[in-house]
Amino acid sequence: MLKQIEGSHAVAEAVALCRPEVICAYPISPQTHIVEGIGEMVKDGQLKNCEFINVESEFAAMSVAIGSSAAGARTYTATASQGLLFMVEAVYNASGLGLPIVMTVANRSIGAPINIWNDHSDSLSQRDCGWIQLFAETNQEALDLHIEAFKLAEELSLPVMVCMDGFILTHAYERVDMPTQAQVDAFLPPYEPRQVLDPAEPVSIGAMVGPEAFMEVRYLAHAKQMQALELIPRMAKEFESVFGRVIGGLTRTYMADDAETMVIAMGSVLGTIKDVVDEMREQGHKIGVLGITSFRPFPLADVADALRNCKRFVVLEKSLAVGIGGIVATNVRMAVTGMGLKGYTVIAGLGGRAITKKSLHALFVKAERSELEPLTFLDVDWRVINRQLDRERQKRRSGPAAEAMLRDLGMVAAKIA
Amino acid sequence: MSLQPIKFYQTGTFTVGNRLLAPEERSVQANMQRTNSLNSGHRACQGCGEALGARYAIDAAMNATNRQLIAANATGCLEVFSTPYPETSWQIPWIHSLFGNTAAVATGMAAALKVKGRSEVRVVAQGGDGGTTDIGFGCLSGMFERNDDVLYICYDNGGYMNTGVQRSSATPPAARTATTMAVGDAPGNVFGQGKFVPAIAMAHEIPYVATATVADLRDLEYKVTKAMGMHGARYIQILVPCPLGWGTPSSDTIRMARLAKETGVFPVFEAENGEVTAVLKIRKRLPVEEYLKPQKRYAHLFGKQPRVDTIASIQALADKNIRKYKLLEEGI
Repeated sequence: MLKQIEGSHAVAEAVALCRPEVICAYPISPQTHIVEGIGEMVKDGQLKNCEFINVESEFAAMSVAIGSSAAGARTYTATASQGLLFMVEAVYNASGLGLPIVMTVANRSIGAPINIWNDHSDSLSQRDCGWIQLFAETNQEALDLHIEAFKLAEELSLPVMVCMDGFILTHAYERVDMPTQAQVDAFLPPYEPRQVLDPAEPVSIGAMVGPEAFMEVRYLAHAKQMQALELIPRMAKEFESVFGRVIGGLTRTYMADDAETMVIAMGSVLGTIKDVVDEMREQGHKIGVLGITSFRPFPLADVADALRNCKRFVVLEKSLAVGIGGIVATNVRMAVTGMGLKGYTVIAGLGGRAITKKSLHALFVKAERSELEPLTFLDVDWRVINRQLDRERQKRRSGPAAEAMLRDLGMVAAKIA
Repeated sequence: MSLQPIKFYQTGTFTVGNRLLAPEERSVQANMQRTNSLNSGHRACQGCGEALGARYAIDAAMNATNRQLIAANATGCLEVFSTPYPETSWQIPWIHSLFGNTAAVATGMAAALKVKGRSEVRVVAQGGDGGTTDIGFGCLSGMFERNDDVLYICYDNGGYMNTGVQRSSATPPAARTATTMAVGDAPGNVFGQGKFVPAIAMAHEIPYVATATVADLRDLEYKVTKAMGMHGARYIQILVPCPLGWGTPSSDTIRMARLAKETGVFPVFEAENGEVTAVLKIRKRLPVEEYLKPQKRYAHLFGKQPRVDTIASIQALADKNIRKYKLLEEGI
């Protein structure tokens, strides 16, 4: 059924269609509307047979999820930013124990300085936590990926993180095609756990493992992700047959066939990039796009394949590996090792900085002309940075940097030109 | 015929001899069909109070729930000594997740059982005092506040024994630990810090709070059984002496627990919905020195120049417990 609906509520409805049995809720922007939406459905009886638990922290949210999943219940929670960091110990534990929890991360920056706006720093900080990470480009894809996530998680006995851009997707009202309960039931069977706390068959879960087997247990985590590499495309096809919609498998390309320049990105910014590519194609530029849906497992072969015929690639990412450059870019470079491609890393959109078509257009043209620096920070105000560096050179007690830089701008909060 | 009084108590203890009781009144442990929930072969130290307390508590809970019990366990001694991979001493469904999240994991387990319609299966969470009163305290308070259907058992040995005897917020004043060294002008742990979680649990007005010691195992069994007969959040803190951390002979674990109770250092009571309903009275009041002196963690109080001031301060704390919880019989 077509609906004009907020991204968060679309996800809430999609999760409800998956018949979750335990939901852990703790507020953090920009995720909060999702759990609010589900909470209302539980409270008014629309979502039956579901325990909605208001926990006291994100650490508790993931811990309650661990307990309920281990006791055999389909379990869901959502978080963002500082919340994800606060639950990190339990995030690793959930994947280590092999519990198929599904969690939305409404992507948001990480402080300090505190900032509620979108980038990918939060989920990418968890790239090695053992969860599958799927990135949604649109609200439709966000809701579809949640349905896929439960099936994927339960088939592999591995938790899945569905990442959607905070505010840009979570708070945008867009048209989505909401599946029916019958469709979701046809796609997603009831949860049949691999391990469960049941007095009829007592097991110990979470025993201490020393050097004699730890490597093997960890390898198994990697092996499961490798299984996911094969499973995700298969599941995408199955999804298409049930719902009649194409969802992102591991990666998706756009205008890639004869492209000499390939732009690689994740999430909602792909929409803007495609618009720019359309315009540039009209002007005769041979440029295409590679969107990465599955960041973990990282589809090395698919990425290499998509870049096989291009001359150069630009990774545009909303994250920063401080001290080296890009996170996505580092992964992409591994995929194209030995292919002799020219690669550029562009850090963009941190903390909600707008990524405009104009800037992207200029950026891609520069890349085509080999005029781009290997590592570029898109649309940063060098005057502000240099003034702060100056201050720090001149005075030992230069004071809090972020506050001084805002003062330079004459602003009390971020304002986007 | 003149009546001859029968001595129910074993010499030197207040423990009722099982053989003198009717079978249905005997300890769960006296039953040949006991579950051995925490089975033999684990790697606890000799004389471990926690292993003893856990075996009695979990077997009693198993007995009370017709063996329909699942458990969450915090990181710590109990977890480490019971489940060195690939062995496990647990005969019940058991999960260890993290150090500080056990109460929350148990909340999730209870929620799953509820939604699955398995009301006959009950949930126990357990951890040491570090995992309960310090790192797990947020999750514990959250579980209390929501009144989730979980019995949380804290095995209190007054420190982080698993990591090598460091101070926790349950470490008593003046006690020497690896992080409250017996040096300087005020050796050992400071006065006026730490927390007594049973009182904080009571402030949450949860259905049931109790304390117990491994010196009164029948009392412990009674309390666990009572707790499993109730629903909602329940908390039992069991004093479990640690020979390693306390510096006491392995053979003295029970004696140390009894002395803690008989001196008033550790009040043994029950509370329902935030109000004390029963206390285990002190049988024979003893000065705190009797409890402190055998422990190496207090050795610095009994050197060439005994710290009478510090001992008096500990005595004052015990006296306060005795007044506050009315630990002495009326009129004594």
